[in-house]
Amino acid sequence: MGSSYRIALAGNPNTGKSTLFNALTGLRQHTGNWAGKTVSLAQGNVQYKGKTFHLIDLPGTYSLFSNSSDEEVARNYIVFEKPDVTVVVLDATSLERNFNLALQVLEMTKNVIICINLIDVAEKQGITINERILTNRLGVPVIKISARNKKGFPMLLDTIDRIVTGAIECQPVPMAYPDEIEEKIKKIEPKVFELVGNQLSARWVSLRLLDGDEKLLNEINQRFGQKEVVE
Amino acid sequence: MSIQQLYMEAQQLSSAKLRDDIVQQLYEKSHRLCSEGIKYTKSKRDTRTEKLDAIFTSPIFGFPIMLTMLGVLFYLTIAGANIPSSMLAEFFGSLEKYLTAFFSFLNTPEWVHGVLVLGLYRGTTWVISVMLPPMAIFFPTFALLENYGYLPRVAFNMDRLFKRVGAHGKQSLTMAMGFGCNAAAVISTRIIESPRERMLAILTNNFVPCNGRWGTLIVLASLFMAANFTGGLKSLVTTGVIVGIVMFGIIVTFFVSWVLSKTALKGIPTHYTLELPPYRKPKIFDTVVRSSLTRSWSVLMRAVKVAAPAAILTWVFANIFIGDTSILMYAVEFLDPFGKLLGLDGYIMMAFILGLPANEIVLPILLMGYLSTGSLTEVDSLVDLKQIFLDHGWTWLTALNMMLFSLLHYPCGTTLINIYKETKSKKWTFLAFLIPTVIAILVPLIITQTVRFFGWM
Amino acid sequence: MSIPKIIKLVNGEKGNLIRITSLNLEGVMRRRLLDLGFVAGAIVEVIRKSPLGDPIAFRVSQTTIALRKEESSQIEGVLMTNGE
Repeated sequence: MGSSYRIALAGNPNTGKSTLFNALTGLRQHTGNWAGKTVSLAQGNVQYKGKTFHLIDLPGTYSLFSNSSDEEVARNYIVFEKPDVTVVVLDATSLERNFNLALQVLEMTKNVIICINLIDVAEKQGITINERILTNRLGVPVIKISARNKKGFPMLLDTIDRIVTGAIECQPVPMAYPDEIEEKIKKIEPKVFELVGNQLSARWVSLRLLDGDEKLLNEINQRFGQKEVVE
Repeated sequence: MSIQQLYMEAQQLSSAKLRDDIVQQLYEKSHRLCSEGIKYTKSKRDTRTEKLDAIFTSPIFGFPIMLTMLGVLFYLTIAGANIPSSMLAEFFGSLEKYLTAFFSFLNTPEWVHGVLVLGLYRGTTWVISVMLPPMAIFFPTFALLENYGYLPRVAFNMDRLFKRVGAHGKQSLTMAMGFGCNAAAVISTRIIESPRERMLAILTNNFVPCNGRWGTLIVLASLFMAANFTGGLKSLVTTGVIVGIVMFGIIVTFFVSWVLSKTALKGIPTHYTLELPPYRKPKIFDTVVRSSLTRSWSVLMRAVKVAAPAAILTWVFANIFIGDTSILMYAVEFLDPFGKLLGLDGYIMMAFILGLPANEIVLPILLMGYLSTGSLTEVDSLVDLKQIFLDHGWTWLTALNMMLFSLLHYPCGTTLINIYKETKSKKWTFLAFLIPTVIAILVPLIITQTVRFFGWM
Repeated sequence: MSIPKIIKLVNGEKGNLIRITSLNLEGVMRRRLLDLGFVAGAIVEVIRKSPLGDPIAFRVSQTTIALRKEESSQIEGVLMTNGE
């Protein structure tokens, strides 16, 4: 009974992502405090309002431009496995660097929750975060939590619930690039759309092609290979 | 139109600085978001982290603190594990008597009792009583250091040394992981972004003694190296010997890295970035419980799973006779001359070969081999244990050689499988087997021949 | 105001603030540095040297990142005077 949804956790290393994962799932899994600690994908379930949220702890990465195998694992999961919701965990004390990853995720997929962790530490350091302004600027829910003290979990789970039921619709505000880049995107985006359809964000794939991301190219070829035969 | 054609078209449109522009745009937006949605009052600084870094990465205290931490970690593990280990051994020993009584009550054939009690039960309970207490101390303590954020500082302090041998500072982190489990450490080398340095970290990881070898090292060190000391001093001497062995392993790591980066893995050190995250007080209770339950438990379960079949197999080998010699004895006699050359013996070589699936079972297999000759039937305490070794002609030299062989020899089966999975190369996996094996043979050989030449033994 | 002084990150003294002007690196390393926030215009603070002198830790986009001299000598920026 009840339906099951896949929820991916993404984030920089050292953001307490694994702490959140452990606290939510209760799964016996150890968390680390160094870069790239979560090396294989840990998974665990959370029951909420008769639904099962199947949580996947993606590797902690600084970026999703596939510079390393961890980044590729995280990127491929979000893009090709299409979790129902992607929760991006951010460290409240270094949001500037953390938003970089969040913005990349928002370019790839729609159903995203920005989850600002370590809010208690940030408050002690005199950092006040206005999540409403951030929600407004990003177009997706922004939630403040403290995974260590299990604060903000009801709000997080409720937001996940409302996204999977369709009560909230995420409308990520697209990243605007300099005109020069935007023009190039416009040139190839329609052709990319012909190829990948609604399966992937055509805008995002165009951007990656312009950036020369060959690994993504191989991945798309593998997964969409059949379509090519038809044409 | 295929995606390749699209790619070509995109590349013609693209410019070299496109990635810069994209990332710069992302950062500008991040910066804007922060200035709009976030207020920074008081100092923006995490002064505690700065103060701690001034100590932990200080030119004067940095290295002494690191060595002290390593020493304390080992001392806690060794001293703390002593009593629970012997208690467990006693408990299992007394339980065995009941089991034996039960089997004779059922009138089961002798071989059933042999396989199940003398083989399976003894082998697995040995693994539990020797492995569990050190693991239950080592993993949680290590996890606390790790969660606190100290380990990246080790990488920061050590990087210069690693760079000199052509390796990556983060290798110190994967080595630290290796103290727990080499198989897990091989996977953790993914944190090293550049392929060349990562390969170095993979190939040299097993020179760090993993949990499966702790037991062997600790038992031998306390039986043979610290034999003349008692009480707290004994643990201290044992710790000293272990730290020495570990240091030797680290020296070999540096040496092998250096040789490899001058030969098979030539190239300049590349791609170095290391984040120094803020120190954060770990949730002590959570960390301890979680790491005991996950790491200790899973490593133990794996050990038992591997130990059980190996224990049965060893018992069977030791009890199936061809003529008047058991299969085990044939193998032992065959290996004996070679073992003697290294200051070891046929039993020890046999134990290491049968112990390929997991290092945890090397010592139990060795004991079963020794015991199958019928010189002793029960091991109630460490004193008996030493007697078994002495009866088979052991000296401090044998112990030292076995410790070194254990430290240096080929990675366990699980680690080799992981190396193959991570490198996807048979050649490198084979090298990961070959390099340590050659060194593990050469070092005891040289030591033994030297000692014999000068007549010290 | 005086002429802006361009220095390499590796030559920065502890406490210096440097506004990045150029990265003279290519390939994966360049991309990695960009991802960590070493982008043109970003302000970097020199935090401390490792006990053996190299690597050096820098504060960039609210995090602390250590770089070897091979990389930090390829990043240039304007040394900012106090109060700027």
